[in-house]
Amino acid sequence: MDSITLKVPHTTERPAEITNYGPTTHISQPSVTGTSVVAFKYKDGIIMATDCLASYGSMARFRNETRMISVGNNTLVGMSGDTGDFQHMKHTLENLLTHEYDMDDGQNMGTRSIYKYISNIMYGRRSKIDPLWNSYVVAGVENGESFLGFVDYYGTTYQSPTIATGFGAYLAQPILRKYVEGHEDELTEEEAVRILDDCMRVLYYRDGRSFNKLRRAKVTAEGVEISEPYPLDTNWTIANYVVGYGS
Amino acid sequence: MFRNQYDNDSSTWSPQGRIFQVEYASEAVKQGSAVVGLKSKDHAVLVAVKRSPNELASYQKKIIRIDDHMGIAMAGLTSDARVLSNYLRTEAMRSKMVYGRALPVGRAVNAIGDKAQTNTQEYGRRPYGVGLLVIGHDDTGPHLYEFNPSGIVSEYYAYSIGSRSQSARTNLERNFETFQDMSLKELIVQGLRSLRDTLQQGKQLDALNTSIGFVGKDNKMTILDGQDTQEYLDLLDEGEAMDTE
Repeated sequence: MDSITLKVPHTTERPAEITNYGPTTHISQPSVTGTSVVAFKYKDGIIMATDCLASYGSMARFRNETRMISVGNNTLVGMSGDTGDFQHMKHTLENLLTHEYDMDDGQNMGTRSIYKYISNIMYGRRSKIDPLWNSYVVAGVENGESFLGFVDYYGTTYQSPTIATGFGAYLAQPILRKYVEGHEDELTEEEAVRILDDCMRVLYYRDGRSFNKLRRAKVTAEGVEISEPYPLDTNWTIANYVVGYGS
Repeated sequence: MFRNQYDNDSSTWSPQGRIFQVEYASEAVKQGSAVVGLKSKDHAVLVAVKRSPNELASYQKKIIRIDDHMGIAMAGLTSDARVLSNYLRTEAMRSKMVYGRALPVGRAVNAIGDKAQTNTQEYGRRPYGVGLLVIGHDDTGPHLYEFNPSGIVSEYYAYSIGSRSQSARTNLERNFETFQDMSLKELIVQGLRSLRDTLQQGKQLDALNTSIGFVGKDNKMTILDGQDTQEYLDLLDEGEAMDTE
């Protein structure tokens, strides 16, 4: 009887050209990944959402992961990309905040400082040609002013009233441009939640690495609140008319 | 053979529990011309008398800017102060680059305090021969700290170091409770008044030998020298005129 050969996924297979000697090499592919982060400003602060999926390639491998964390008193960080690198970042940030706490001098590590610190780590790692394979969205409210910033694995940074990473940049960003930008200071929490859920629904319909179990988080002057996972109502009745669906 | 066998290095105790080298270093601070520091609820101020070695020479700088939010005044060895100010400037810049925020003043002073302490514990080193008054403004308001060669760092409402500085402290102790609500101008004049008490008989504060530094919530660290100090010296004289009326 012929033996069965199984092929290991490309993400774990060591490429043949990489040898055990010679120059230092780094991992250049992510393995377990999270998809989009969507976040924008509204009247009271910033609202953000991520789903609970960590994919292994195209496989929906871990279905109960959290991709948003609260850092310090008033900062929310959302992540897309490699979950392992995200764990590394979480440790680094926890270390930073522990040192800050130990100083015990009434000084506060604010959102802008955390954003700058993350940016420096990301740019530093890309400069070592060993990037952390993530995009980060950093949000916070600091002395009455909302802050929302983005960093990617090149160390590219920008601040904007609306930010969507990954697939969200294509599918959610246009929705945010239309319904959020220019109205950031008027949007109520209910309106913000509705817009955010609409974005996440579109992403769930069209992004093959997304999942209908997500968390919503908000940062206001009162602090950070991350919700329990919840699903969205979806309607697949017209899916049959989409060319390629189910075939 | 030795007058005192316990003062050859800064890491040997005397049986009385003293480290003589550290005490000698503190004497170097007392040789330097006086500096006075004081603060209100919004501002921190430094005033200093500068010395010049002779008629032809310039006056030795006493107040050094560290960053937009912090400055120091020194008494003692100028070259040691320059080493410390260089270090502080580097740390202030690092804080801006890494965290995008101004270095908290207390942390800055504790950092040089630790450096000074190391010098009193490791063989083959010498203590710094300089005392500093550090002023700054951060998230927790204005601050005034004293640094000295022993590595002790203390925070004050008002303080003075350098030669004959006890006279200034006597004045400050009498008045510091009124400083809290003073304007920047009043605070500077109060500082100069205390500083004047440290002068030798026959010496006067003038635009050449006076140095003023201040920082506050809406004031970046500013140093005034020469003619720029005249305005405050005039206010000092006017105040005297009013007191005698």
